Amino acid sequence: METPVNKPKQLRIALRNCGMLDPENIAESIVRDAYQALGKVLKEYSPQECINILKQSGLRGRGGAGFPTGLKWEIASKSKSDQKYVVCNADEGDPGAFMDRSILEGDPHSVLEAMAICGYCIGADKGLIYIRAEYPLAIKRLKIAISQAMEWGLLGKNILGSGFNFEIKLCYGAGAFVCGEETALIHSMEGKRGEPTNKPPFPATSGFMKKPTNVNNVETFANIAPIILKGPEWFSSIGTKNSKGTKVFALAGKINHVGLIEVPMGTSLREIIYEIGGGIKENKKFKAVQTGGPSGGCLTEKHLDTPIDYENLIAAGSMMGSGGMIVMDENDCMVSVAKFYLDFIVGESCGKCTPCRIGNKRLYEILERITQGKGVMKDLDKLKNLSYIIKDTALCGLGQTSPNPVFSTLENFYDEYYEHVVEKKCRAGHCKNLFHYVINEELCVGCAACKRCCPVHAITGEKRKPHYIDSNICIRCNECIEKCSFDAISIQLEPKILV
Amino acid sequence: MEMIELSIDNKVLRVKKGTTILKAARKVGIEIPTLCHMELHNMNIENKPGSCRVCVVEVDGRRNLAPACITEVTPGMVVNTHTVRVLNARKTIVELLISDHPYDCLVCAKSGNCDLQSIAHKFGIRRVHFKGEKSTYRKDTSPSIIRDVDKCIMCRRCEMMCNEVQTVGALSAVNRGFISVVAPAFEMNLEQSSCTYCGQCVSVCPTGALTEVDSTNKVLLALMDKSKTVIVQTAPSVRAALGEEFGLPAGTLVTGKMVAALRRIGFKYVFDTDFAADLTIMEEGTELLGRLKAHLAGESNAKLPILTSCCPGWVNFMEHNFPDLLHIPSTAKSPQQMFGAIAKTYFADLIGVKRQDLVVVSVMPCLAKKYECQRDEFKVDGNPDVDFSISTRELADLIKQSNIDFLNLPDEDFDTPLGESTGASVIFGNTGGVIEAACRTAYELYTGKKLDVIEFESLRGKEGIRSAKLDFDGLTLNIGIAHGLSNARKLLDDVRAGKSDYHAIEIMACVGGCIAGGGQPYHHGDSKILRQRRNAIYREDKNKTIRKSHENPYIIQLYKDFLGQPCGQKSHELLHTVYYDKSREEITIHHD
Repeated sequence: METPVNKPKQLRIALRNCGMLDPENIAESIVRDAYQALGKVLKEYSPQECINILKQSGLRGRGGAGFPTGLKWEIASKSKSDQKYVVCNADEGDPGAFMDRSILEGDPHSVLEAMAICGYCIGADKGLIYIRAEYPLAIKRLKIAISQAMEWGLLGKNILGSGFNFEIKLCYGAGAFVCGEETALIHSMEGKRGEPTNKPPFPATSGFMKKPTNVNNVETFANIAPIILKGPEWFSSIGTKNSKGTKVFALAGKINHVGLIEVPMGTSLREIIYEIGGGIKENKKFKAVQTGGPSGGCLTEKHLDTPIDYENLIAAGSMMGSGGMIVMDENDCMVSVAKFYLDFIVGESCGKCTPCRIGNKRLYEILERITQGKGVMKDLDKLKNLSYIIKDTALCGLGQTSPNPVFSTLENFYDEYYEHVVEKKCRAGHCKNLFHYVINEELCVGCAACKRCCPVHAITGEKRKPHYIDSNICIRCNECIEKCSFDAISIQLEPKILV
Repeated sequence: MEMIELSIDNKVLRVKKGTTILKAARKVGIEIPTLCHMELHNMNIENKPGSCRVCVVEVDGRRNLAPACITEVTPGMVVNTHTVRVLNARKTIVELLISDHPYDCLVCAKSGNCDLQSIAHKFGIRRVHFKGEKSTYRKDTSPSIIRDVDKCIMCRRCEMMCNEVQTVGALSAVNRGFISVVAPAFEMNLEQSSCTYCGQCVSVCPTGALTEVDSTNKVLLALMDKSKTVIVQTAPSVRAALGEEFGLPAGTLVTGKMVAALRRIGFKYVFDTDFAADLTIMEEGTELLGRLKAHLAGESNAKLPILTSCCPGWVNFMEHNFPDLLHIPSTAKSPQQMFGAIAKTYFADLIGVKRQDLVVVSVMPCLAKKYECQRDEFKVDGNPDVDFSISTRELADLIKQSNIDFLNLPDEDFDTPLGESTGASVIFGNTGGVIEAACRTAYELYTGKKLDVIEFESLRGKEGIRSAKLDFDGLTLNIGIAHGLSNARKLLDDVRAGKSDYHAIEIMACVGGCIAGGGQPYHHGDSKILRQRRNAIYREDKNKTIRKSHENPYIIQLYKDFLGQPCGQKSHELLHTVYYDKSREEITIHHD
């Protein structure tokens, strides 16, 4: 009988071959069924039949937004043009995410094969992989894989004698987060500034070089071949009602087992964190998990048993994103978490539209004021209103989702904001302006160890007499606490009135 | 054409498929505010990056607000342009822009002409709720254009002008996020870039981020200097636009009032660049005929087509982009420089003033002229032929500063001898005008016959590239005309590829010609203004008694007394120039 305990938590579809084969040797991939699906498609299916299989499977884009992949291919296939392109988005930019990188480094042929299948379905004979230049190993292995596939006749002219031609080239990105947005990605490939443009027109009608272009994420492509080989029914039997298959997550933060996991859609956060992830580090209290990257949101204890799929994450105020999952414990300050993500967005916004370029900067500045203890209650209203307007007016997906960290922390951790603003207190002991160090006169023996290690000479006192820390000078580096052998120094959360 | 029915603010309307919400709304009298969007109607110039987000509107069933300038209408669409949600968003957007803008409207060159200022006023913004860091950038001053990027709102109009309309490629957005700016490649200064100083970026910039170098103070100082004789020349297009600065309708000719004002400002002699334009025609026309005759005689080194050379923006463009073709433009200097050369020799002698004590000021519709008059080859012992070049806008400032009631001035005439001109020289201001003026003269000199119809209608028009075949008494002359540097590039690419069969090509850097120059009163995206100026120029031509350059009596006199023959030795010394290869200028990257 199946019980939650013996039910397999992980299921590898996209990562099926990672670590199982030598990615620089095509023969090993072929042993594990690489290009079988391509052969089957070329031999047995018309493009539309293949698209129908994908539609039946319920596969949705793994890049974040979750657009049905079969439908996307169908739109591109119906666009009339003498030239079409298949683009693989390998511009993985979320902090701490490396799902795509693992697939490209561990199983490049799964992506190449799927791109060729896509080319056959939409009527394209050229594929482009937009990959960040910061992934040199992935680039090296892709290059080897492409040349081996060409040699074996699995890419190039007249593939497997079918008359279908498909070639793949690499384009390098300079590591701009916004270039993961498909219109920005296409502009970057064209040699233009990587900034988004309005949709419509969608790339499926006017993309790379103004030709119909189908853009899919690495992980999406990695799911294609198994669907073809095992059938859409197999794939759609995994997952939830509207989210089929599995999802790869990059588990990080205050968790015992960090790394990549692949779980069926519908797995709960509790299963991921406590069963796969081995629970919170040092047995601390779970506080939140941030999903969806910088434009995602924070989920809290009340979401621990929510089955994870596209819809549920959005309903909970976050999003699937590309699959970053950062676990936080009681020592994380949620205002600072929001500030961290805003800082990332401010630096990574393309700067094109006003709300994203200036609005996010102002959001960041308000958050900074709050973490410095200079916030006022009005700031909380401002945060909310401005976040709403950025979401409502920004040009692209990045801008529209950029205030999500603010929304979700305000929603779930309003009391922390309130404490920062009204009580000038950071319960996590993270915001340096909102706590200070005090020396317990009864415990201090006056050994001067703290005085000697203080980098800014904030500690004074005579030998063998209790010492004193001047909070105005102290930079909260924590060095003194670590040096004190008598536990005489402690953090006091109420802010000292600074002169 | 498929029609689409929709409703905007409860008004039901039908528009063509592909129409944007912005344009559909205009049809029913709803003016949705815009900032980055700018369109010069009928001129094929439109900037719509959809970046400022000021024009957002609410569309039923849509998750977020829609930018009206780039969102196309769909059947049954229900649009609301002024709900609380929209107004709140719009005001916040403008507040955000202001929060990253220097608060120095009182001393800003664009004050009164700033689109950001007008929109803040229109929205009734009395307070900016967001305070924080402002993006700052170093100032960049070139001979013609000043970049004050702190005032940039990233509307990208300049970028569109520079890249799409002009294909100069000097300006584009660089960096990311809050510190994004519009700058030349590698964040160099404009002077190190391939900028031609055409000034089209300045003429569309909604704020004070791009302005001209202001020379009015230098002019005033010269006027105050008792040891100097200060004279002025005014370009043809100035008289067709100056009135706009004083509230007159576009296209009002203010030649007489302009002369009167200049005299009251204190210029000793008020002359006309048109005189020098007639001189240009004599030289350029003669050069054309010379090259044509050589070509007809089968000389292998005959250089055709001949390209006009009066537009300094175009000359810069050619020096940067077509260094291999520097032998084909006419060597004739531009009218501004011809005027300077004649003023500081012939005229200085005439009135007995030393070159150093004569100050020549030019009033131009152009910013490239500021750079042109500073070129080394137009100086004698360091003394420039033209000392200062000011724009039409700067002249308006000078008039206002001099307490002159412009609208009630009497009409006055230019001084002689450098103030007399013909209709041919006036039309230099319009695209096709220079070549028409040249043909009026070349035809009569070549055929020895009088022209029946003076106007060459086939050379007029607004298409970016035009061509005409003219019958010179049995000889068919192929004429090409391009305005806007992207069009010039196309013609030049053909010449380079040996695919061009033109005998002569006129090129103007600015779309429309000098009437739309970078130094003219701001048009704020209203192409009607440019059309009116164009018509005014042709009207001025019609009003002139003499309409062919070679019939200008003072030109005839000048050749008789001073120059000798067109393209003669003296002419070559004073009125012709050489061009330089600027394509391989050393690149130096500036570090802050």
